[in-house]
Amino acid sequence: MSATRMQWLSPRNLRLLNPGRNESLRRGGSGCRSLTLPLSPGRALSGPSATRRGLPKEKMTENRAPPRAKVLTIDTMNPTVRKVEYAVRGPIVQRALELERELSEGMKKPFVEVIKANIGDAHAMGQQPITFFRQVLALCSYPELLNDSTFPEDAKSRARRILQSCGGNSMGSYSASQGIDAVRQDVARYIERRDGGVPCDPDNVYLTTGASDGIVTMLKLLVCGEGATRTGVMISIPQYPLYSAALAELAAVQVNYYLNEEKCWSMDLGELQRSLEEARRHCNPRALCVINPGNPTGQVQSRQCIEDVIRFAAKERLFLMADEVYQDNVYADGCQFHSFKKVLFDMGPEYSDAVELASFHSTSKCYMGECGFRGGYMEIINMDEEVKAQLTKLVSVRLCPPVPGQALMDLVVNPPQPGEPSHDKFIKERTATLSALAEKAELTEQVLNTVPGISCNPVQGAMYSFPRITIPEKAVKEATDKGQQPDMFYCMKLLEETGICLVPGSGFGQREGTHHFRMTILPPKDKLTILLNKVKEFHQRFTQQYS
Amino acid sequence: MALSKHKEASFFRDSFFNHLPRLKRFSTAEASVRTGAPGSPRERCLTMATVNPHVKAVEYAVRGPIVTRAGDLERALRQGQNQSFTEVIKANIGDAHAMGQQPITFLRQVVALCCFPELLESPSFPDDAKQRAQRILQDCGGQSLGSYSASQGVECIRRDIADYITHRDQGVPSDWNNIYLTTGASDGIMSILKLIVSGQGSSRTGVMIPIPQYPLYSAAISELEAVHINYYLDEDHCWALDIEELQRAYLTAKQQCQPRVLCIINPGNPTGQVQSKKCIEEVLHFAFEENLFVMADEVYQDNVYALDCRFHSFKKVLYEMGPEYFNNVELASFHSTSKGYTGECGFRGGYMEVLNMDPQVEAQLVKLLSVRLCPPVPGQAAMDVIVNPPKVHEPSYAQFTKEKNSVLDVLAHKAMLTERILNSVPGIKCNPVQGAMYAFPQIFIPPRAIQEAQSRSLAPDMLYCLKLLEETGICVVPGSGFGQREGTFHFRMTILPSPEKLEVLLGQLKEFHLRFLEEYSQQEPQIPRTAHDQHRETSEQPA
Repeated sequence: MSATRMQWLSPRNLRLLNPGRNESLRRGGSGCRSLTLPLSPGRALSGPSATRRGLPKEKMTENRAPPRAKVLTIDTMNPTVRKVEYAVRGPIVQRALELERELSEGMKKPFVEVIKANIGDAHAMGQQPITFFRQVLALCSYPELLNDSTFPEDAKSRARRILQSCGGNSMGSYSASQGIDAVRQDVARYIERRDGGVPCDPDNVYLTTGASDGIVTMLKLLVCGEGATRTGVMISIPQYPLYSAALAELAAVQVNYYLNEEKCWSMDLGELQRSLEEARRHCNPRALCVINPGNPTGQVQSRQCIEDVIRFAAKERLFLMADEVYQDNVYADGCQFHSFKKVLFDMGPEYSDAVELASFHSTSKCYMGECGFRGGYMEIINMDEEVKAQLTKLVSVRLCPPVPGQALMDLVVNPPQPGEPSHDKFIKERTATLSALAEKAELTEQVLNTVPGISCNPVQGAMYSFPRITIPEKAVKEATDKGQQPDMFYCMKLLEETGICLVPGSGFGQREGTHHFRMTILPPKDKLTILLNKVKEFHQRFTQQYS
Repeated sequence: MALSKHKEASFFRDSFFNHLPRLKRFSTAEASVRTGAPGSPRERCLTMATVNPHVKAVEYAVRGPIVTRAGDLERALRQGQNQSFTEVIKANIGDAHAMGQQPITFLRQVVALCCFPELLESPSFPDDAKQRAQRILQDCGGQSLGSYSASQGVECIRRDIADYITHRDQGVPSDWNNIYLTTGASDGIMSILKLIVSGQGSSRTGVMIPIPQYPLYSAAISELEAVHINYYLDEDHCWALDIEELQRAYLTAKQQCQPRVLCIINPGNPTGQVQSKKCIEEVLHFAFEENLFVMADEVYQDNVYALDCRFHSFKKVLYEMGPEYFNNVELASFHSTSKGYTGECGFRGGYMEVLNMDPQVEAQLVKLLSVRLCPPVPGQAAMDVIVNPPKVHEPSYAQFTKEKNSVLDVLAHKAMLTERILNSVPGIKCNPVQGAMYAFPQIFIPPRAIQEAQSRSLAPDMLYCLKLLEETGICVVPGSGFGQREGTFHFRMTILPSPEKLEVLLGQLKEFHLRFLEEYSQQEPQIPRTAHDQHRETSEQPA
């Protein structure tokens, strides 16, 4: 290989040398096409001067062959993908990463550390994995450890059971597309226990790649029609932006219903009805999504409220999607998690034989926080048999959910039992995590509510607080002038000044004229206390600066 | 004997009809109208009439009705029902461990260490495995595999992949910023296709795929409502890719859609051919001339068996064609933990390298991936081991090399064995299995069998494969699930069963084929022979 060849810069390097290019692209229009062109070799070697050199070249090409445009440009890409937005990992997080890099390169900042309170990523915030789960996973990964006397017997027997239901006794085999049979059976038994004996058929259980995968799959099934018959999907506002992102990608119609902030983010039947009726004028609303406990809002729905929602769905013939990934994260006294399925079955066969329901769970939240394994399941009730065959076919194209994630899901639904050697330790670890979370939920609400201009509903469950913030008019104006949402402006400033990374409320949706942010309650308590105090100081400074 | 044969036949027919409704469920495309089934008090919200029509159009034969039936038979066997076989052998899917291939020890050690880092203290793990695990964990949030990674993947793993590619391609530079970890290769392929599909009517994106193809492509194209553009591989020349055929397919399609993507699978699935360097050059030149985005599915890059074949990556060939090509052609290439010598399908690990992508589109890709948060981190760890295996001086090197070579040698042996035995059967013709994990032989199906299949609304090769399954317990996938020239019939079988089992399987297949020819012959005395001759003629006809 010749030395000159080795000198070519990769396109990436070229881009780094030529930062102006993105800017000119954005100004775009049709001109952007010619500017995206081509890194011809001369330009590749010339680096920074490429833009200058490129111009005459294009003139030349005008008279000859058409200029070489990229196949895939921002103008020619899938327009539905372009519409997708996902604030939880959006621009503010990109900036946080940059700041982290700058810090590590020794740049001076008004803070020593970036604290990422933008995403429910428990282990990244220092939460420890449940020992038993990881022991079983290690055993499944490397079955020679089954001969290791330091592993407890119950971990070994779980591992053996999982491996026996894998092809060739290996986690490296594809599972059935719906998931490993034994795991689905365990999930079904878990649901039955949780719901006080309401029967669950393993055939209705599908293992998924995190809950997100299940949710997108179900939405994909539901979308059809054009124009006024296009599928509409009702989602709460504020919502977890996976929903809006998936709907944008599927070109479905997003139908917003607002949660009632004054009543601790509760769901209001009148609002549901209003939203549905308005939507029916321009689309065909077919599904209703509910997140309970709420993300980003942290409310836990009452049994009565769930009943009302089910009745509403039955009356209006809506497919119900219940996102219940925070089912173990309930902290407030007087609150309890009620599964949609249990309530549905308590309402009698008129409902339980009719309402189509998909509910979702995950290994990523609760006391496990095992996000990286991408484990999850969904249970599907009253689905048309033919449609179910379509669902099975659809999931089979992706072959199967990751088997280690399935194994983990199995452990979550089938943890150590009293009398088993790992039981005490498991309970101790689980309780420690959940009570720390409860404590942090209370702490967060309490401190935030001491700040003038911030008001925060109780964090009854889940992992987030979603306080309302008053942003002075002057700040709103400055943000608007910059083409930014006021709460994005606020969060960006917070990040730059304190190193705290939160997500602006506009990424989740909020009532017009109100502003919020979402922060996780996951940092360890001492760090959380510092964080909350910094937010407090920042808010006061911000308010003063713009008053 | 005759009686028992008769019994078998009637059993076959019974069970065959028994599962026909199930088949129908998969094959009916038209919507059924529900008029309130008994027990259902009202019309459902989600029915075949209202389900996403693009989902309905998706087909995926590798896990289609035949596999469902195989599952049923397996369950029946377990419950003690008598069958004419004692075991269902699933040669339908490239699932190496399920067929008894052993995992690579080093890979599993690293994953176990990452899962349960207390093992880092254990003396029974080699130091190189510990170092790999520590390195991966250091790049995970909170040093835990349980944290979300960046949506593109764990940074040190992306760097390792870039180094691996540079090494594989003998110095062609690879930038880790262009590397994206994926949930198996399928996920990456789907994401790229999703990005690129746009337009309406005659400007709708067309995607060129080989026929026969791996049905992920056709399924994804259907789901995304893009236009399928089929280019046929040349069966008579060992499934080679012919540039004139590419040209023909492109020009024909251009009248109805906008062809923007060219997909290549090399080594081929289901066809097992390994592309020559010259052929890859021609393909890249074609893509350059016609301004096509190239998707190179290279998941079988370590699975090359034929002595006169070598794997050439599209990227390296592109580089060698000079800067005009290397700096222009948009290329995404895909790799996976599922194939090669590791066969770790269940971990859903994979990566893609994306070249020359418009930076704005790249930002869109990152955004799209971020919605799904991240690929499974254990799969990323497995991928890391594949691209960063033990080095010569490291303690695990000897065992790793031994295990790797043993898997690949056995596969090479089975590739040869499969080709040889299949070609000994009159009415079956099989190209050399130069690479990948499958044979895709052409089978002669007598006209009477074709008629019977048609009267049951089955593809003739589906009838063949179903009968094979019912009579022998062997599960293979009909060629119609991959696409084939009209009038020709094939099946795909993996070469993954152990050599002993594979030999038995091939023997049973041979017997079945002869029996099948006999059963459907029209009383000619020398059926197999005639069939063979006919078959030759069929295969020589251009379709």
